[in-house]
Amino acid sequence: MTASLKPMPAAPLSDMPATAQTTPRFSATFDPHTISEIQRAAATGIYDIRGGGAKRKLPHFDDLLFLGASISRYPLEGYREKCGTDVVLGARFAKKPIHLKIPITIAGMSFGALSGPAKEALGRGATIVGTSTTTGDGGMTPEERGHSQTLIYQYLPSRYGMNPDDLRKADAIEIVIGQGAKPGGGGMLLGQKISPRVARMRNLPEGIDQRSACRHPDWTGPDDLEIKIEELREITDWEKPIYVKVGASRPYYDTALAVKSGADVVVLDGMQGGTAATQEVFIENVGLPILAAIRPAVQALQDLGMHRKVQLIVSGGIRTGADVAKALALGADAVAIGTAALIALGDNDPRLEAEYAKLGTTAGAYDDWHEGRDPAGITTQDPELAARLDPLKAGRRLANYLSVLALETQTIARACGKSHVHNLEPEDLVALTVEAAAMARVPLAGTNWIPGSAGF
Amino acid sequence: MPVVDLAMVPLRSLNADLHKLPQNTNETHWTIRNPGGKHALAVGLDAPVTVEIEGHVGYYCGGMNKEATIVVTGNAGVGVGENMMSGEIRIKGDASQAAGATGRGGLLVIEGDASARCGISMKGIDIVVKGSIGPMSAFMAQEGNLVVLGDAGEALGDSIYEARLFVRGAVRSLGADCVEKPMEAADRAALAGVIARAGLSDDVSPDEFKLYGSARTLYHFHVDNASAY
Ligand SMILES: Cc1cc2nc3c(=O)[nH]c(=O)nc-3n(C[C@H](O)[C@H](O)[C@H](O)COP(=O)(O)O)c2cc1C
Repeated sequence: MTASLKPMPAAPLSDMPATAQTTPRFSATFDPHTISEIQRAAATGIYDIRGGGAKRKLPHFDDLLFLGASISRYPLEGYREKCGTDVVLGARFAKKPIHLKIPITIAGMSFGALSGPAKEALGRGATIVGTSTTTGDGGMTPEERGHSQTLIYQYLPSRYGMNPDDLRKADAIEIVIGQGAKPGGGGMLLGQKISPRVARMRNLPEGIDQRSACRHPDWTGPDDLEIKIEELREITDWEKPIYVKVGASRPYYDTALAVKSGADVVVLDGMQGGTAATQEVFIENVGLPILAAIRPAVQALQDLGMHRKVQLIVSGGIRTGADVAKALALGADAVAIGTAALIALGDNDPRLEAEYAKLGTTAGAYDDWHEGRDPAGITTQDPELAARLDPLKAGRRLANYLSVLALETQTIARACGKSHVHNLEPEDLVALTVEAAAMARVPLAGTNWIPGSAGF
Repeated sequence: MPVVDLAMVPLRSLNADLHKLPQNTNETHWTIRNPGGKHALAVGLDAPVTVEIEGHVGYYCGGMNKEATIVVTGNAGVGVGENMMSGEIRIKGDASQAAGATGRGGLLVIEGDASARCGISMKGIDIVVKGSIGPMSAFMAQEGNLVVLGDAGEALGDSIYEARLFVRGAVRSLGADCVEKPMEAADRAALAGVIARAGLSDDVSPDEFKLYGSARTLYHFHVDNASAY
């Protein structure tokens, strides 16, 4: 400022409205949700627990695009030219590998977190389209075994309901080290959902707030894991594929160690992955988005000469066939879905809006799955609520949705000229953001720049 | 009666043969020589046979056992009898960590000492240790009885649910939510029963034990328990 400027004439006051005021301004830091969380914490003295996955915006498959065909790459005709979607899981060591018609599986969700009819519906839907379902942190139910043609049996730190008969009935075994929503955290099931049946299956008192262990009780570290896998193989006479599931945190090393320990399949779950009940602070702040985890995991497999020999299943925020196609193009062999499967069954249905309103939420945002009052009858143990879900109809909806995912994946694969969805590759992709380009190790759209790779 | 020398026969074929045994098999007594500390020995058995192992075993011997009786004349590695459902496993020597982990039934007897995390996450099994047990034993123990004739290490029964812990000797310290409890008639009867099944009725009397179990203060998430989470 120089001193030579003349003062401006004062504006005529009479032009100003009498109550001059700015619009209310919310802080970006102390936004309304954050403020409500502080108020909630102050009122209750305990952390917030909820279901679902990370809700914050994260780099994701949306930040990638396929290039499609061009003069040098020719596409395949829809419907007439074949585009395979089948996948074989577990051929490394298991005598009886898993054959799936589509590369989209149903992720592990416990009976306890979900109602009996919901588990049955998952089994029915998956079986119609020729894919697998997975048990969860509460053991195997006869409904589930009965309705799932291919059932993966989870071996979790809690070992609730674990027994050798179910192990022998399973088609594969999934050793759960961690989950994307909470790498390093154990399960929770609040008292409302510990019904007499759930309590019996888990050897727990009814109605308590249950915390499951976060570490396996009888092994620590990769050397022990190798022996644990040997034991499970011996018990099941080397028939069943053994999966190892990890939350996305150190995907290169976790994948390498799982392979070294003798896994047939690695399951990698990103932080958008759902949970039935976890502390909000955990869900939102621990782990990697799946986009950042796939390439390091694939790199580990390639470095060990095991890509496509040990299969990689990825999960965490898979919604569409585009997501499936992108995950496969980055090197995964299959994907798993949790949240989207529940939505297909009927979770967060707008037709239930009045009931969501009563619970202080709205359709599309309902995530208090731990409370057991799900109006859709899915994440509950209340017999009346659970009876609302028709397992036949819900199973059909899931089958429809899975078919759409497969068709969409094929649509993209054909556009890229691939006769099998597994032929999609990173070269088919570009990124819309610098972050996604770095994480997915594909070029920023319109450039040949892959941040972090040599040559820049 | 079969005698299997693990210096000659692969573990895989022994376990496979044991798995093929029908309920009414005539081959009810198996002797295993030269176990050589091998892991996953005699796991997943599902028939009322006796397997006597002459020597030391590695990890997870007798894992997920149903109905069989397994006797190890030497020491046992990590997780002996893990998740066993029924039957009996008897270790004449010492046992490493996590003995009887997550066991849901049957009887595990360790005639020597057991290391850390004995009976971790137990879900109905009965475990008898003639010697002492290491730290963090019966962590998150849910159901069943742990009977220790010697002493217990630090943090016994941390975050315990409804399992009963009977200790004759000293307890170095109790874990979160684990307390000494008065022994009621039902507890005493259960203890006497386990002692009898372990064949120790002539050695000890239930009166020599103290009972530890859950104070049940952590059964519900509550602000006043914040320091325990
Ligand atoms: C209701 C619910 C229950 C779950 N229970 C388990 C479980 O018992 N064990 C497990 O490994 N993962 C569990 N998960 C995580 C899923 O297996 C999977 O990793 C996740 O849902 C994938 O991400 P997505 O929900 O975005 O598809 C659960 C998820 C949900 C939504």
